[in-house]
Amino acid sequence: MEQIIQQFFNVEIMIKALPLVIKGLGITLLICAVVIPMGAIGGLFAAIGSLSPNRAVRWLSIGFVDLFRAIPPLVLLIFIYAGLPFAGLSLSPFVAVTIGFFLNNSAYFAEIFRAGLLSVPRGQTEAARSTGLSQAQTLTYVTLPQATRNVLPDLLSNVVEVVKLTSLASVVSLGEMLHAAGLVRSLTYNASPLILAAGIYLLLLWPLVRVIARFERRIAS
Amino acid sequence: MTTPAPGTATLEVRALHKSFGALKVLEGIDLSVQRSEMVFVLGPSGSGKSTMLRCCNRLEEPDSGDILIEGDPLTGPGVDLNKMRQRVGMVFQSFNLYPHLSAMGNVTLALRRVQKKSKAEAEDLAIAALAEVGLSDRAGHHPAQLSGGQQQRVAIARALALKPTVMLFDEPTSALDPELVGDVLDVMRTVKDHGMTMLVVSHEMKFARDAADRVIFMADGAIVEQGPPEQIFGAPTHDRTRAFLSRFHG
Repeated sequence: MEQIIQQFFNVEIMIKALPLVIKGLGITLLICAVVIPMGAIGGLFAAIGSLSPNRAVRWLSIGFVDLFRAIPPLVLLIFIYAGLPFAGLSLSPFVAVTIGFFLNNSAYFAEIFRAGLLSVPRGQTEAARSTGLSQAQTLTYVTLPQATRNVLPDLLSNVVEVVKLTSLASVVSLGEMLHAAGLVRSLTYNASPLILAAGIYLLLLWPLVRVIARFERRIAS
Repeated sequence: MTTPAPGTATLEVRALHKSFGALKVLEGIDLSVQRSEMVFVLGPSGSGKSTMLRCCNRLEEPDSGDILIEGDPLTGPGVDLNKMRQRVGMVFQSFNLYPHLSAMGNVTLALRRVQKKSKAEAEDLAIAALAEVGLSDRAGHHPAQLSGGQQQRVAIARALALKPTVMLFDEPTSALDPELVGDVLDVMRTVKDHGMTMLVVSHEMKFARDAADRVIFMADGAIVEQGPPEQIFGAPTHDRTRAFLSRFHG
């Protein structure tokens, strides 16, 4: 018991690690702030494309989604950061992470938006078009608001996943929170900084998880 | 919008054909509806009457044939469909109100986004349209807070507010509980009395007999016979019409 406390819940080491972990937290939040909106927007367009009557657009969108859902994000990141330089494209860790997460994240958001759009009855589109609304207006004012509301818990769950996924950025030495914690761990031979980081994730994500549960209850009722 | 030449039908359908794959649904429909006329379309299910109606605003794309609104083509190259559709109001069996918007929001959406009216102007027109269907006190309610009959009346107001030239009704009372049907029919009667041109697909025989100017009987994708309601209901000339009507007279 004592050993666990010593190795994982060592307050002294946590306090030492705190400045570096907090700095990492800043990078984690920065990645999230860039990647989540980009992924949501990219996913929305991919979802709309995957439902397009135009076959080329549809296949391209579905291909994009399938590809980036199937590739492990870790491999994707390493490839973008360490592979592309061989093709003459050297990217900073931050840009590589942004691109990698954007591709991965868009694919997941696309599947959620697609399910949402499919959940809106056809009659909604027909009613809108019958009053003279264009396809784009129908999407903006009629189908998309309903689609988004129908899949809001899934969208927010995906946000939680993305926040945790940002820890993968450590493989390209981007100093996000878990990377910082790992660094202190390897210097101190003590895992407490990891627990500290986990605690911060919990603080960060727990309110969001509660909100999701509330939405789910409301939709179920 | 220019005034049509005298004698021009408000809605004209010429040689309308439509197939779904190998299934021929409409095999040459010719129909003209005059200004302020209420035309009822009867027929067994699968006769193509709903498809015919849905071709009249191109929710269903015709394979061939012409559709004209006051002489202006709805089909063919160079047609501004979104502009033309504002002249053809549509009321659906399942109402299709936007659940995320209030009654007011449902009625004002196209007024604002398509007809580009100001918020205040759109709301004035919406209140007037809701008043016409007897629901001006429900403007702030969402569809889920309204009965089926009230929802359908809001849907009628939504179509009416755009000041269409002709209104299409696709089985407007079929999804309603029997006790709510009367309210919707009353509203349709009011709309007709105000001079609206109406093409109605419905099984409300009694209403057709009382309110329609003309009744069309369709079967197998074609018009079998048509005439004033007293003729169609009193002395139908075709066997198919007689067979169909006998099931309703019991």
